[in-house]
Amino acid sequence: MILGYAGKFLETNLSTGKIDEVRLNDEILKDYVGGRGLAAKILWDRLGSHWEKVDPLGPENVLLFLTGPLTGYFPGGRICVSGKSPQSNGVVGSTVGGEFGVDLRCAGYDGIIVTGESEKPVYLFIKDSDVELRDANHVWGKDAKQTVTALTRECRELLKKRYPLYGEWKEPAILYVGSAGENKVRTAVVAAKWTHAAGYGGYGAVMGAKKLKAIAVKGTGSLPEVADIRRVKHLIKVVCDNAYESELWRRWGTGAGGYDVGARSSSEPVRNWQDEWHDERSYGVDQFENRVWIKQYWSDFGCPTCCLKVAMVKTGKLKGAITDNPDYELQAYLGPNLGIYTPEANVYLASVIDDLGLCGIQTGNVLGFAAELYQRGILTKKDLDGIELKWGDTEAFAALAKKIAYREGVGDLLAEGTYRAALKLGKMKKMDLLKFAVQAKGIGIGAHGIRSEKDYPEKVSYACSVQGGDHTSTAGLPIDGSGSEVWEIFNDSGVYCNFNSFGIPRKSKFAFYEAVTGIKLPPEEWVKTKAFRILQLQRAMLLLGGPDATWKPKTHDNNPPRFYEPLLNGPYKGKAADKAKVEEDIKEYYKQAGWDENGIPRSATLKKLWLEDVDKALQKLR
Amino acid sequence: MPTKTEPIWIAREPSKCSGCRKCEIACSLAHEKRIWPEASRVRIFMLVPGLEFPHLCAQCEDYPCVEACPIKALSVNKRTGAVIVNTKACIACGKCINACPGRIPHMHPTRKYVIICDLCKGNPQCVKVCQEGRWNALTKVPRRNLSFKLYARTPEELTRNLATKFYGEQGKEYI
Repeated sequence: MILGYAGKFLETNLSTGKIDEVRLNDEILKDYVGGRGLAAKILWDRLGSHWEKVDPLGPENVLLFLTGPLTGYFPGGRICVSGKSPQSNGVVGSTVGGEFGVDLRCAGYDGIIVTGESEKPVYLFIKDSDVELRDANHVWGKDAKQTVTALTRECRELLKKRYPLYGEWKEPAILYVGSAGENKVRTAVVAAKWTHAAGYGGYGAVMGAKKLKAIAVKGTGSLPEVADIRRVKHLIKVVCDNAYESELWRRWGTGAGGYDVGARSSSEPVRNWQDEWHDERSYGVDQFENRVWIKQYWSDFGCPTCCLKVAMVKTGKLKGAITDNPDYELQAYLGPNLGIYTPEANVYLASVIDDLGLCGIQTGNVLGFAAELYQRGILTKKDLDGIELKWGDTEAFAALAKKIAYREGVGDLLAEGTYRAALKLGKMKKMDLLKFAVQAKGIGIGAHGIRSEKDYPEKVSYACSVQGGDHTSTAGLPIDGSGSEVWEIFNDSGVYCNFNSFGIPRKSKFAFYEAVTGIKLPPEEWVKTKAFRILQLQRAMLLLGGPDATWKPKTHDNNPPRFYEPLLNGPYKGKAADKAKVEEDIKEYYKQAGWDENGIPRSATLKKLWLEDVDKALQKLR
Repeated sequence: MPTKTEPIWIAREPSKCSGCRKCEIACSLAHEKRIWPEASRVRIFMLVPGLEFPHLCAQCEDYPCVEACPIKALSVNKRTGAVIVNTKACIACGKCINACPGRIPHMHPTRKYVIICDLCKGNPQCVKVCQEGRWNALTKVPRRNLSFKLYARTPEELTRNLATKFYGEQGKEYI
């Protein structure tokens, strides 16, 4: 057995209620590490032969909750949620912070594999090797806070009853879905701790489709044994000391971005990306810090950074709204993107989104899309069930978000996410609405634009990423360079928070892997073999897609049309992505990724990585 | 700073706790040589998100846990003031937990004895990491004549207090 792993996975079939322990052989763990990489492998092995036919929201989809060997050791615990994505119809490694991954490993499992579909709402309760599916009728339809409160109470009472001599029981770690997930909204998240979310991929809809309301886990064991605990302790210190030096990063997290990214680098979504610049001082981080942050340093397991803050509106008509920071992404998407520039309105909208179990990025994207259509007179008040969707109208956006989560009226259409809504609405209105959809392969673009060229994403970042618009895993050139998604694959497969890896030398991260697992893994080898193999698997499943959406590289390996329109204001006014240059970079990316001129992974590339069966499956696309 | 010869106390300020659980990591590494949150002598409770706090022995003036032990497996270390568990003698009956006004001691997850903060012989590792991160939710201070017993509160009591402090009136909805 490889060190650093608990050594077994939990598998439950919700159609039959059966619960098993499964083991994966060491070679698979060595090659695919954990989290995102392992998700790609498990999904390919189980569903690859008929990927195009698998409905992401049907019982056949496999929903995965995977840790990695570094979970709990590398500061900043996370868990990776995956499956066939109802957004991209490929595979997204969607991670969420919190103690879930740590508790799961302490319970003796590296991950959970969920298949089938339950008839009635259930939740999975895990206490070490005691695992059971429990009725979740009483929390079905409940919001995030109600769900967490009810399940925390219920699970602690169960533990107390079963182990009366133990002393006080801590809360279990809980992952859950809100109403959005229950109603199979494609922009639904798998959430934790009220405000944390695995957003990209839309796995909340998959969990809801399976009628799995939540998973609660309490592990009482230790983290799995490592190869060199002294070295691990040292590396933890290296990562923490690095974080402790970044005073403002700790103090503000990404919360400075809501003003900064717009004002300074012109790469923030403003009114559905019609612009990417604003200079609204009302939206400064000092305003958030001094008015709404009631807890300035909030961390997940082992995290030295505390990029999270707890925010609450204390006065006025939005009084009582609680959320985290919001972080930059939600500041942007539920702020300037909707014409909103006050911290209280932003906190309120983020709390509505949290409570409903929606993704702030994907839902902010579709809300902005709808508002632009309203601005242009394409969507009318009548189309919007009486809502006047004016920029800056907080209550209007909150009302529409609720309609989306419950799939009411026009919300049912927008619940399909920006891409699918654009197609459907386009048909109804008999016009091309995709030009207003700021997304890549079904996934709304993260709040970092490319037009000013002053932010980190590049021309091919979203166009060629195997995770579409996901800003946490963007493609870059050269493919082994620092902007490439091969390094994000490492973070998401080791499963830890990449925010704590900023400023950490690459070799230290791989040294961390070696200290935990005992396996030497030079970064170059990672790129050439393991990361590359995972990348090809993700690319293959993305291109196979189906059944309701498929991507043609020629058309869909591209930026959203909006990025080719010039910026309207600010210091980078007039700048836009250059089509010819983008095409050039895409060609170069194909070459470096080992894909043919049509963007399909070449036979030779796949065979070299022992992916013969993938090669066979891709024959029909060539 | 406490001198070497006088007993210490770990002052706690729950509202400063970030919930990073570095104290659990440090404590379990020191006592168990591995990262083991449930075997940590200090545990972070998060019955409500945002309201994390460290739960650890307060060394009450009258040591009710020591009094309650039917087989005298608990004793007080004169130098540090810590409650020391004789792990060989302890029968894991749980009487000390019931005697503690904060229900702070808990059973070792795999062995048959109760675990209580031993103040790391006067050099508490949880304080060290909390200070390193400049959270200062835990601070080492000299043990003087104060009502330390006030700090032995149950997780529910502490959560209720923090819920009021942070979330105001609506805080109790979340407990």
